[in-house]
Amino acid sequence: MPKQPLLQFTGKSIYCAVADVHIDPWIPVGRAIITHAHSDHARWGSQHYLAHKDSEPILRLRLGQDINLQTVQYGEKFMINGVKFSLHPAGHIVGSAQVRVEYQGEVWVASGDYKLEDDHFATPYEPVKCNVFITESTFGLPIYKWQPQQQVMSEIDNWWAQNRADGKASVLMGYSLGKMQRILKNIHLQDSVLYAHGAIYTVNERLREAGFDLPELTLVTKETDRKLFKGALVLAPPSADGTTWIKKFAPYSVGYCSGWMALRGAKNRRAVDQGFVLSDHVDWPDLNRAVRESGAEKVYVTHGYTSIYSRWLNENGIEAAEVSTMYGNEDENEEEETVQDAAAGLDAYQEHKRELDGEVNEDKTGAAL
Amino acid sequence: MKQFAELFMNLDRTNKTNAKVELLKNYFLTASDNDKLWALTLFTGRRPSFKVNRTQVKEWAAEEAGVPMWLFQESYHSVGDLGETISLLLPRTSTGGSDKSLSEWFHYLGMLPGMTDEEKHDHILQAWMQLSQHETFVFNKLLMGSFRIGVSQTLVVRALAEATETDSNVIAHRVMGQWDPLETTFEQLILDKGENDNASRPYPFFLAYPIEGDVSGLGEPEDWFAEWKWDGIRSQIIYRHNELFIWTRGEELSTEKFPELHFLSDVLPDGTVLDGEIVTYADGRPMPFNVLQTRIGRKNLSKKVLEEAPVAFLAYDILEANGVDIRGLTQEQRRIQLETIHANVPAQLHFNLSPLINFKDWQELRDLHPLSREHIAEGFMIKRKASTYQVGRKKGDWWKWKIDPLSVDAVLIYAQKGSGRRAELFTDYTFAVWGEDGKLVPFAKAYSGLTDVEIGQVDYFIKRNVLEKFGPVRTVKPELVFEIGFEGINESSRHKSGIAVRFPRILRWRKDKKADEADSLESLKEILYNYK
Repeated sequence: MPKQPLLQFTGKSIYCAVADVHIDPWIPVGRAIITHAHSDHARWGSQHYLAHKDSEPILRLRLGQDINLQTVQYGEKFMINGVKFSLHPAGHIVGSAQVRVEYQGEVWVASGDYKLEDDHFATPYEPVKCNVFITESTFGLPIYKWQPQQQVMSEIDNWWAQNRADGKASVLMGYSLGKMQRILKNIHLQDSVLYAHGAIYTVNERLREAGFDLPELTLVTKETDRKLFKGALVLAPPSADGTTWIKKFAPYSVGYCSGWMALRGAKNRRAVDQGFVLSDHVDWPDLNRAVRESGAEKVYVTHGYTSIYSRWLNENGIEAAEVSTMYGNEDENEEEETVQDAAAGLDAYQEHKRELDGEVNEDKTGAAL
Repeated sequence: MKQFAELFMNLDRTNKTNAKVELLKNYFLTASDNDKLWALTLFTGRRPSFKVNRTQVKEWAAEEAGVPMWLFQESYHSVGDLGETISLLLPRTSTGGSDKSLSEWFHYLGMLPGMTDEEKHDHILQAWMQLSQHETFVFNKLLMGSFRIGVSQTLVVRALAEATETDSNVIAHRVMGQWDPLETTFEQLILDKGENDNASRPYPFFLAYPIEGDVSGLGEPEDWFAEWKWDGIRSQIIYRHNELFIWTRGEELSTEKFPELHFLSDVLPDGTVLDGEIVTYADGRPMPFNVLQTRIGRKNLSKKVLEEAPVAFLAYDILEANGVDIRGLTQEQRRIQLETIHANVPAQLHFNLSPLINFKDWQELRDLHPLSREHIAEGFMIKRKASTYQVGRKKGDWWKWKIDPLSVDAVLIYAQKGSGRRAELFTDYTFAVWGEDGKLVPFAKAYSGLTDVEIGQVDYFIKRNVLEKFGPVRTVKPELVFEIGFEGINESSRHKSGIAVRFPRILRWRKDKKADEADSLESLKEILYNYK
């Protein structure tokens, strides 16, 4: 009988049969290891979850307070049915991890989503030596080459300064989990009040509650005096674009942070005033570097430009195959779920806030007992 | 180049008309005269050809970027624009950008035509190395691109008029026709009052709006002229200083393409400009547009072509008489002048008036309208007798009342990503009808006609229902049905279906229909039979 591969692509997860463990399953399973808390990787309904400690606040926020969740530190080894597992920093968002799986001397790494540049919030990526590397390919084309983070951040600084000078609000759009924390840690905050949409406010508050060093945000509500928005920075999820919510900031300029902003077509379709090319995924040079540094003999390419990137690897002497998964897609919709409710209108934000206050109070009561 | 690249990127980024005019105006107020002239050259579609081979340029770029050709092509499909793809793939050596001005770059490019391939390679690579990413993109556009960035000539004219504080109709006229940035200056072209130096210069065409609602909404029938709307090539014929010029609506000087009309230089009075339609014409009546198509685009007009597809000019307006601009006269007064000129020309086959249709009330026109195809017309033109000849598409005095297009319900079977604004979205579709063997036969490609929301929905469906990939083309599960309209239909040996349709477009999405309810090739052939 041929040896079955240590990790398999079953159509519902990346599955380790020996340990009976699913990595980032997209249907409810018994035991799941979650690489990170974005909704296309962390899905509802499994009986037991395991993730990095820093993923906990958001996983509980999104999947439910009462999920059965075990957390570990980076590098901490744990055995399941004789298979040795450990999580290693992926640098994608806070708590994001590559899953290292070792059995009978063979090492596989499922990297989830990752980037190599240190974003000053997520624990920076560390290469992990392995025999088989499973990689994303969201930006797996040579047209994608990011500028250094500091350059993009000063573009944002300059844009905000210009808007302040023009008496406009700066509405900055990006994913609420990951992108926004990265921005808050790297731009020049100007000692001013920072306004935020409910989706972003909620995530930020959760992380602050959990002890992360993030600035305080002010939730935009019906009652917020519109005059205050003049010259201010307002953080919003992409789905807020084109809603009535955004009109209250007038006059305003919209900036949008995404790797897709590298292309004119994408930028024009969004019709934003300013596109900032900022991504939490690897660009082409870093993707190739990560594959090289893993030392893998075999690479499986998941979500993104799978067929193109695996062909490229094969032509360059690294055995590779494309794998179809439910992670990501061409539209980078990782935030779809979290911002759906946010787009529903003002009431949704207020409810967010009530919910949050409720949860916070509950926690306090719990502590008092 | 910095200034122009910035203008280009800013124009590209906004879709607000006023913002575009403001950007252009700003440019025209601050750039040097030389640069302004070159910018105008680009925005009015007069970019000179530098005799470079696109395939070669692709190869040079791929080599420089260190990517194999297939990966270059994949990148190109994702980006949707060749110049942009190259700018993204090249290794970035310069971030500061180039100090050369736009006109200096044009002179740099002007050296290309005389070079060997190897020299061209070095010349272009040297430019790429000096330019920032955005500038490389704009440079590539100068080198070989089309300048489609949503800036119409009307917008440029408006900005230029505001910047120079000149009447926009005057500017519209000055930028028309034949001029070469190497032989004129911005001052001569735009600021000079003397127009005599340019005998070939056409007038801006007056364009009609589609009629809204019923024709009776136009008021009293006696205030209006009605003519057939001919399906030919809208053209202006100019005879000045013993020279004849034929301009088409696309502002193409096409005098050489219509030798049948050259006799007009012997019979028209000096200083005459006529507006009308060039159609293929035999036995005293126009022939379908298909016939005209056989000679458009041909470099050499063989005797056979001239015999089988002879053209005539159907005149319907006069813009200049005895060297005087008479666009300010009424339609009725101009019609009298036009008829006088025609009456003085000895009768012959190739110069006719577009006849006025006699009608007493609107009902008469309504009854006649369905017969348009029999007259080889696309419907009516309705023109107000008291109207002047205006500039561009203006509402109120000229209306077109077109017949409904021919149409069938067809199934979407192939899709391809769009370009520019719509790269990454599947927007180019191929449609099929049912053949006799129960298989779908592709018969038309169509791009437009859907709203942005619908495009999004169709794109969503396509991305989840791809059956096969052939390069950029995806075979899609045959499920969505669309009503496809077209203006003409003809037999074709080049198409699998044996049929070629003209101007196919999506009329609407038939969400109510399933794929098996789409039309058959048989029904297309029936339309062809009736149409001929």
